[in-house]
Amino acid sequence: MDADQIAKKATAIRRHVCESTTGAGSGHPGGSLSAADILAVLYFHTLKHRPKEPGWPERDRLVLSKGHAAPALYAALAEAGYFPVSDLKGLRKLGHHLQGHPAMDTPGVEACTGSLGQGLSVAVGMALAAKLDKRGNRIYCVAGDGECQEGQIWEAAMAASHYALDNITLVVDRNGLQIDGFTKDVMSIEPLAAKWRAFGWHVIKINGHSIPEIMGALAHREKGKPIAIIANTVKGSGVSFMENVAGFHGKPASQQQLEQALEELQ
Amino acid sequence: MKATRDGYGEALAELGGKNPNVVALDADLSCSTRTKLFADKFPDRFFNAGVAEANMIGMAAGLALSGKVAFASTFAVFATNRCFDQIRVSVAYPALDVKIAASHSGITVGEDGASHQALEDIALMRSLPNMKVVVPADAIEAGKAVFAIAGSPGPFYLRLGRPKVPLLEGQEFTLGKANVLRDGSDVALIACGYMVHEALEAAELLKSKGVSARVINMHTVKPLDEKAILKAAKETGRIVTCEEHSRIGGLGSAVASILSEKRPTPMRIVGTDDTFGESGLPAELIKKYGLSGAHIAKAAKELLK
Repeated sequence: MDADQIAKKATAIRRHVCESTTGAGSGHPGGSLSAADILAVLYFHTLKHRPKEPGWPERDRLVLSKGHAAPALYAALAEAGYFPVSDLKGLRKLGHHLQGHPAMDTPGVEACTGSLGQGLSVAVGMALAAKLDKRGNRIYCVAGDGECQEGQIWEAAMAASHYALDNITLVVDRNGLQIDGFTKDVMSIEPLAAKWRAFGWHVIKINGHSIPEIMGALAHREKGKPIAIIANTVKGSGVSFMENVAGFHGKPASQQQLEQALEELQ
Repeated sequence: MKATRDGYGEALAELGGKNPNVVALDADLSCSTRTKLFADKFPDRFFNAGVAEANMIGMAAGLALSGKVAFASTFAVFATNRCFDQIRVSVAYPALDVKIAASHSGITVGEDGASHQALEDIALMRSLPNMKVVVPADAIEAGKAVFAIAGSPGPFYLRLGRPKVPLLEGQEFTLGKANVLRDGSDVALIACGYMVHEALEAAELLKSKGVSARVINMHTVKPLDEKAILKAAKETGRIVTCEEHSRIGGLGSAVASILSEKRPTPMRIVGTDDTFGESGLPAELIKKYGLSGAHIAKAAKELLK
């Protein structure tokens, strides 16, 4: 897919995020919307995958470490054909496979996440296995910026460079907000790029809403080094009244707000 | 005399030769947990996480999600207490082939003191859905358990000890099936791990007082061998459970749950009280914390009054 087509997919993901979280009456639209363009590029450009064969051993894998962005992941998986788009109506509902945070019941979900800080370690394990089996597949991980406050992230960061895992790319969704406010106020994580470099990663900083920039960064390879893409994003991106509002971290739009959101997301 | 951790390390190295899918991880304790035996033979399949246990569990999950059978080892306190959430979400929830083999469990850690004495690990692990719990009594059983859990899908907690213990020759090992080590009709002593040896001593003490004690090695604490428990309750009418673990949430609690619902039976739970341990020699601690054969015999005699 070219950048324009991917942008359309990103818009479709954003619409699904708003509709499914409002339909569920709960969920995390803010961090889902900030990651929408990243996930659109991953699923419609970068990943080598077979939606009709989720267990294909040679597939690239994506671990969504910021599991609360599940609505965006589910939207991407549905748009990619892992399951019907109509399933998105079941988000967070009893007896449905789309759990509040990613679980293995959903085709295409690669790891259980939701407790922050754990996904990158799982991705590191997958990258070790790929090296061990001499498979050429690549492991991608999307983490939140608030999530970088978890100590386990840095344990995993250390391990990835120690084992020279050049088959792993992490995207940090740097939207600058977390539940209690701006990351700079709650718990500063800057200088973030310097931290990843100090842990032995190759760092690329991009605009996380520029499809061409995301495409370019995800295509980058660095011999012997894991790659961390720091994607500067806007929480709630694409929906004016949600943008940069911490309150929409874990609260969906009302029915009335949803109509406005869908009008904006054309 | 041989420690269960030795039986584990040797069996893991043997398993590695038979099953190329097996990988092992450790968190800077490979000499103590004996995963070094595997690491020396299969360096490319061994991953040292350094002093970063949470990441070790996550890496084990990622390896298991890629088709590996991952054995992850460290001390029991760190494996279960420090990594509880990682085990819960990354391993138990998706029911992965991660086998957490933790050494230095219980009070027999000894001199290292309370920070290193896991007295709540069985309670933590058995509370997790999908997780199974095995507590071998000797090195031979530990070795057999390694092969059994590697061949049984899903997560396991294998509880291993530091001290050398006697070898119990000629025992079969089937997951979930208790072994009757000694028959008896007045009381049944249901023990796991190190405490199997104390229970055998208790049975001798009881014999000298004219009491016939059955000794059951409940090596699989989850799933429990309900049949063996109910049979013992029916045939002896008195149950004493013995574990090198808190009386809260361990083997005793598990046995009591079954008996209270299916066959209420007078019982005693021998384990540590609601307290931390302390530094000392293992034998001194066993005595001080009420876990010796004499303590078990005393508990049995209370039931016989």
